Amino acid sequence: MGGFIDGFGVVLQPGNLLYCLIGVVIGMLIGVLPGLGPAATIAILLPITYGVEPVSAIIMLAGIFYGAQYGGTITSVLLRLPGEASSVVTVFDGFALAKQGRAGTALGIAAIGSFIGGTVSIIGLTLLAPVVASVALDFGPPEYAALSLFGVLLVATVGNGSRLKAVIAAGLGLLLATVGRDTFTGASRFTFDSLNLADGIDFVPIAMGLFGLGEILYNLEERHHKVQTPAAVANIWPSRADLRQARGAIGRGSVIGFVLGVLPGGGATLSSLVAYAVEKRRAKEPERFGRGAVEGVAAPETANNAAATSSFIPLLTLGIPANATMALMFGALLIQGIAPGPQLVSEHPDLFWGVINSMYLGNILLLIMSIPLVGVFVKILKVRPAVLAPITVLITLLGVYTVANQVFDIFLVIVFGVLGYLMKKFGFEPGPLVLAFVLGSVMEIAVRQSLLIFGGNPAGFFTRPISGTVLVALIIVLVLPAVRLLVRRRKEKELV
Amino acid sequence: MSIDQESLRAEWAEDRPPHAGPWSQFGAAVVAGVVGLCGVIGSLTLGLGRLTQPGPGLWPFVVCVVVTVLSIALALVGRHGTDTEKFSRSSVLTAVAVLTLVVFAAVLPLIGFELPSLLLTFVWLRFLGKESWVSSVAISVGTVAAFYVLFVLILQIPLPRLI
Repeated sequence: MGGFIDGFGVVLQPGNLLYCLIGVVIGMLIGVLPGLGPAATIAILLPITYGVEPVSAIIMLAGIFYGAQYGGTITSVLLRLPGEASSVVTVFDGFALAKQGRAGTALGIAAIGSFIGGTVSIIGLTLLAPVVASVALDFGPPEYAALSLFGVLLVATVGNGSRLKAVIAAGLGLLLATVGRDTFTGASRFTFDSLNLADGIDFVPIAMGLFGLGEILYNLEERHHKVQTPAAVANIWPSRADLRQARGAIGRGSVIGFVLGVLPGGGATLSSLVAYAVEKRRAKEPERFGRGAVEGVAAPETANNAAATSSFIPLLTLGIPANATMALMFGALLIQGIAPGPQLVSEHPDLFWGVINSMYLGNILLLIMSIPLVGVFVKILKVRPAVLAPITVLITLLGVYTVANQVFDIFLVIVFGVLGYLMKKFGFEPGPLVLAFVLGSVMEIAVRQSLLIFGGNPAGFFTRPISGTVLVALIIVLVLPAVRLLVRRRKEKELV
Repeated sequence: MSIDQESLRAEWAEDRPPHAGPWSQFGAAVVAGVVGLCGVIGSLTLGLGRLTQPGPGLWPFVVCVVVTVLSIALALVGRHGTDTEKFSRSSVLTAVAVLTLVVFAAVLPLIGFELPSLLLTFVWLRFLGKESWVSSVAISVGTVAAFYVLFVLILQIPLPRLI
């Protein structure tokens, strides 16, 4: 409890307050601007975090992440262009409300729902995280091997697009992580006798290339939607009747978001879809959905914020990132010389509680910004992508150079940028690759240490209760959909 | 006024370029498979060791076998996927963009960051972004000036520079 209260002391330091504000403002901005998502933005800003205190850096990056969830709503409602994937379902009812001249109501409900969802999730995080961390203190290499495999494979299979491709991308990430010196034997692996690769590939150029530059290159191909004039926003405060109608949706959305956010591969997008579906199924008149149902905005917006917050739990307690953005946070922590894991809460309580408590504050800042200042953010929509692209590219290239003052890193970013672009063109998600790269060395070390413990017998993983359970769960998750598909096909055949 | 969710999805889908057909799927699988296969060979030359005493090649070997097997599976079953995108004339823009980036990286250590940055932003604005001459010049000069103030004067980062 002492750590929790001290955490507020950390947040309230003027420097950290400022970084929290910077983070949520940037988050709102990029949430509003279609194109760059939170992952790309965090990747591009990674070099800046080198010069900043660890606590401030993570507070800022976290602010970007949950701030983007607020910002993404604005374009969904006003332009029916989801700024973020997690706001896609908000479009259905949000834009319908805007067409009825109730854009303000939609934005207001979304902001209030986001605030409540975020706050409920932070309370959950505050209570749950230390407990998980204390349990995880007993974890050995086999548990970590199983958990990281679970994380990588779930992220790969839950994402949109081809699962096969996602797992292949994850495999390539694991392979890239092996480049450099082998920690056990000292042998050089896949370095092609290059001195620049002798210590392995740095996380920063990979993340900046695949997420940042790759996305910019991909967006260059004129896929910008026609710019529409945003609907007028008036009367942002929802009426009491609206609030009463949205109450249940906000409550359920908070819980759904919190739970799905904790699971690997879950997170904001999935939880917004599930929360919307739940409300539609529960509704007495489901036909209202898609025609401006207030719950249709409240549920997904509440859930995506709750999930964005709770996805910090696996990272801060186990050191296992639950999604691609958390993989970037993991990288940012490593840059600061901090290994996320169960020791974090005892070894760096200022960071642990400082970051969590900054979210209380960040959510209040976002609520303030999204209700009265919504007009300002709408104006930002007028910035043309063509102007933004070269500026972000320059930040990326100069930024990665400043990390180690090496031109080689600029070339690496370009290589991974092109790879990211091609992956998108060929239907491969870059997320699983980055996540697998981040977890790669942890996973390899854990697997090899486990093999030593088990005397070379891989079946040993199943003899320990936690690693065994995780692996069995993984097998069920992976095999179940395939079995279901087979059963359905057989039934269809019988019907024919 | 209702919004038909299907039509909305269709509208979003229209913004995507047409999918590139079975050969692109096959090509993607082959490239991934070749990477996996090269990894397998590389791991074997590193030495697998034994399960009780894993060599440096064992882990990458396992990973590459998985990648190779899944790539073969992709080549066999993934042909009907529609998640690849056709390269269009605007893909040339991307190629030009990459070229400017390579030039930027190559000349940066020789002549400092100012001129390459100016050139890069200008080319992206005027030729890739179809901005007007005036705004291209103004925005690129303004951007580089802002970067100079931020990186050199305020943050004092040792960038290679002309001035």
